[in-house]
Amino acid sequence: MSIPFYVSPEQLMQDKADFARKGIARGKSIVALEYDKGIVLLAENPSSLSKIGEIYDRLAFAGVGKFSEFDQLRKIGVRFCDVRGYAYSREDVRARALANAYSQAIGDVFTQQMKPLEAEVIVAEVGDPRLLGQEKNTLYRVQFDGSISDHRGFCGIGGTVEQIEIYLKEHYRAGQPLGDAVRIGVAALSNGGTRIAAERLEMCTLDRERAGRKFRRASADEVTAILG
Amino acid sequence: MLIRGKYQGASFFELLEVDFPQLRPATNLRDVGDASLLQGVPHGTTVLAMRYADGVLMAGDRLATEGHRVASRDMQKVYPTDAHSLVAIAGAAGPAIEMARMLRIELEHYEKIEGEALELEGKANKLSQMVRANLPAAMQGLVVVPIFAGYDLRRRLGRLWKYDVTGGRYEEAEFESSGSGSLYARESIKKAWRSDLTRDDALRIALQALADAADEDRATGGVDLARGIFPIVCFCTVVGVEEVTAEEIERTYRAHVAIARQRVSAGA
Repeated sequence: MSIPFYVSPEQLMQDKADFARKGIARGKSIVALEYDKGIVLLAENPSSLSKIGEIYDRLAFAGVGKFSEFDQLRKIGVRFCDVRGYAYSREDVRARALANAYSQAIGDVFTQQMKPLEAEVIVAEVGDPRLLGQEKNTLYRVQFDGSISDHRGFCGIGGTVEQIEIYLKEHYRAGQPLGDAVRIGVAALSNGGTRIAAERLEMCTLDRERAGRKFRRASADEVTAILG
Repeated sequence: MLIRGKYQGASFFELLEVDFPQLRPATNLRDVGDASLLQGVPHGTTVLAMRYADGVLMAGDRLATEGHRVASRDMQKVYPTDAHSLVAIAGAAGPAIEMARMLRIELEHYEKIEGEALELEGKANKLSQMVRANLPAAMQGLVVVPIFAGYDLRRRLGRLWKYDVTGGRYEEAEFESSGSGSLYARESIKKAWRSDLTRDDALRIALQALADAADEDRATGGVDLARGIFPIVCFCTVVGVEEVTAEEIERTYRAHVAIARQRVSAGA
């Protein structure tokens, strides 16, 4: 009879975390920023496969890491929210519930399965000034181990998140117009190197002033017009 | 927990069927003890759609009836289902409203999951499946007969479809009306319809048709000036869906009444 190797739980978790971090760091980072009329999400993404997606009326999603894994999370989010909105009301679909569900699901995979998810996500919710108590924007980040954090002003995910946050802490100002938010967001993603070209940028907004579904994907021309 | 759901596709209707059967609207009513109960539920009456120069128009009166009584004076029967399509419902109000709501969620769900919207014909086909799924309920008296219309962005034209209770789907090239007053509305439109109608003419003809239907059919509601209730009229063109304001409808309606009065008092 063979005796199985003993691996301490600390070592096991450490190994899994290192594995997940490595996978996530292979992709490009994403940043979400609040601007005067909503939230803008930016990703360096030259391919036609999106990293940012619409979840619900006021909710958007962004994911980094392994495409198949975070895209699966995106679809789960759409199903989760559409069912909730159908069973209750459209206003009952909130970012906190979705972020918690993600946290639970990603955390379960991390502890129970051999391979953790190599993905982390942002859940963004734009406030609605007409709904009392729901006027504020919210940004959640859910990491590969299920840990969840909420952010004011801006939120990054991906391998270079520390550098992004250092840059944005210095340059981000509340209430800035869309153009300024996009320019500093892109500068943060560019991480000190040459600025990311407009055609390599995926940009989506949650625009508070739109009726109904607030999510909008910016066309290549719009991105070029903003970045100049 | 949804995270462990089995369903992997892009249809919301199927998602409910597979993972949330308790939320799915009941369509098989064989076990309903007393089917006569179903006769008393509110019914929506007259809706219509027509093509015009820039796209398609859809309109409906506001009355819902419970037998011979008024169930609601301001029911909504025309619903935008996404940026470039509309559905109008006639028949049993409960299942009809649910069907319009479900279609809207279904189209939005598909668009979000797949990253692009269905073609207009695909949307019309989706509604066909929903009408078909409602067939058992229709056999019990809960008939829903919608009209679907929209702007086809690929072919650059407005299109509309009518349905029968079995889910049969028929594209109409000119106009269509459904509900208890539909016969009168259709006859009214027929005399005035042309393929190159302007927006104003289309609006005038639609209101005239609803007025004619309300004139002959007691279950169709007219304009209620005291309460400020007007028919709902929507246009769908290349730029999207536009609901006509109550002010514009009132203006058009008053012009129509003035002409009708002239006709009556002529020679007096």
